[in-house]
Amino acid sequence: MKHTMNGYLRAGLILSGIMTAFILLGFFWTPYDPAAMGEADKFLSPSLTHLLGTDNFGRDIFSRVLQGAGTTFLIALSTVAIGAVCGTAIGAVTGYFGGVVDEALMRVNDALTAFPSILLALVVISILGPGKKFNVVAALGLVFIPSFARVTRTAFAALRDVNYVKSARLMGASPARILLVHILPNTLPVLLPAITIGFNNAVLAEASMSFLGIGVTPPDASLGYMLSEAQSLLTAAPWYAAGTGGVIVLLVFGVGLLGEGLQRRSREVA
Amino acid sequence: MKYAARRIAMLLLTMVIVSFFAFAAFSMISGDPATAMLGTTATPEKVAALRAELGLDRPWPVRYVEWLAGFFTGDLGISYSYGTPVWELIAPKVGLTLCLSLLSFVLIVAVSIPLGLRSAGRAGGRLEWLGTVVNQLGMAVPPFFTGILLTWVFSTMLHWFIHGQMPSLTQNFPGALRYLLFAAVALAVPRIAMTTRMLRSTVRREMERDYVRTAISRGNDRSGVLRRHVLKNALVPVVTFLAQTMAEIVAGSIVVEQVFAIPGLGRMLVASIGSRDYPVVQAIVVILAFWVVLSGTAADIINQRIDPRLRMGGRT
Repeated sequence: MKHTMNGYLRAGLILSGIMTAFILLGFFWTPYDPAAMGEADKFLSPSLTHLLGTDNFGRDIFSRVLQGAGTTFLIALSTVAIGAVCGTAIGAVTGYFGGVVDEALMRVNDALTAFPSILLALVVISILGPGKKFNVVAALGLVFIPSFARVTRTAFAALRDVNYVKSARLMGASPARILLVHILPNTLPVLLPAITIGFNNAVLAEASMSFLGIGVTPPDASLGYMLSEAQSLLTAAPWYAAGTGGVIVLLVFGVGLLGEGLQRRSREVA
Repeated sequence: MKYAARRIAMLLLTMVIVSFFAFAAFSMISGDPATAMLGTTATPEKVAALRAELGLDRPWPVRYVEWLAGFFTGDLGISYSYGTPVWELIAPKVGLTLCLSLLSFVLIVAVSIPLGLRSAGRAGGRLEWLGTVVNQLGMAVPPFFTGILLTWVFSTMLHWFIHGQMPSLTQNFPGALRYLLFAAVALAVPRIAMTTRMLRSTVRREMERDYVRTAISRGNDRSGVLRRHVLKNALVPVVTFLAQTMAEIVAGSIVVEQVFAIPGLGRMLVASIGSRDYPVVQAIVVILAFWVVLSGTAADIINQRIDPRLRMGGRT
């Protein structure tokens, strides 16, 4: 695969890079203690000392956003990891071997992907129990499996009978080796954009669920929950909502550009 | 028409399966509703009495069939937290969510179809990147954030509507629609971006076909070919996509109703999940699922009318 860059890919890499750097920084260091309250510091508007101002308890919003973005980021990453690994495994096996199992699984898949992911996630979370970080990851991860399975199945089925796979088979390579070594790297042009889209959906889904109060709940910080707090303080501290929502937008926007760039690159190479 | 009948039969079958899963899943986790209603301190006799009253002492297949029939007779059981029949709680909210979703859907279609066609016609222009960037940005803004921004500007600053005080749909219909419009816009923004993008790529792919080249070489102008030929051929995937959009809007309304404090199905669902009021959750989930499956079926039937090839039982 030719490693050509394009504008979208470059812009996406830069923006996502900056966001990731900030989030990683937030795991080790925040300008203030995100939980530290101060009577004198209530509702300060953004300034050089408090980049995004302070909230109703005098907590530094920038520090809280860093922490919340970290939670959202980790949840989205784990969700995509679950979805991509399980989905690719299912897609690889069904796409490569085909047969009745493939037919049956794809019917189930069609039915599942017809349902909006947030609705499915809500159903799963209400079964697992709302308000726990681990359950959010489990619910979202589960919900993301079918879409990954569908994307990779198509890619694996298309590459099943190309010549290099046939010759590998003739040379006696095991199915596992063919799937992992020969086909998997060649599905990356499809898989990578799917991962970026999945990541964005995961960020938005987690934020929505936490916003509704059934995702991540305090003491864990999450951008979605913070936005729901920010909404009730809209008149007194509009910067709270703007800062928190802005971070979600920038995070998703950056990864979206990345996905756009990846898609264009694979189209140019093809 | 035979196709439509077959498709509707499939729809019913799907709904039976979906409702069965919903019933099984929620019955499994919810434990004993009688205990849930009376609390853990209730005496076994009282629990047994309530179980008999609620009909829980009968085998589950009987209860499932009765519950399913309840969607037609209006008897969906009793809410744990309110103690009132589920149907009475839900029925007034269905119309509200439906109104919000339809309003948002109209917005999406009205904005994204002209926008998608325009941008497809101008493909390869110098400002193409700007369109893509705006598009990505539109998809990145979550509806609840747009909702908060709209509230801030139009409620807090301009006082165009009073947040949290939605006029009743039956008493003040125009007022209610006005209120819903802000929520519908918040819901529509990312979907407009997605639909425009989808339409644009579909139309562009279609424009590269041989028949388009032939039509243009015979002296037709581009926009005429686009209107008369391309649009028709690009319609099938667009209808399918719009059906999916319809489903996504209903799911999205769950969040947006919360932002704008609209007392619809979504708000009820979230509250019921929080309080583990499973009869209500179960009923709302099945209603929403029915909506999803129904829009899919409608799309299939419409597509089959549009494209004669599909009438032979082929798939696109």
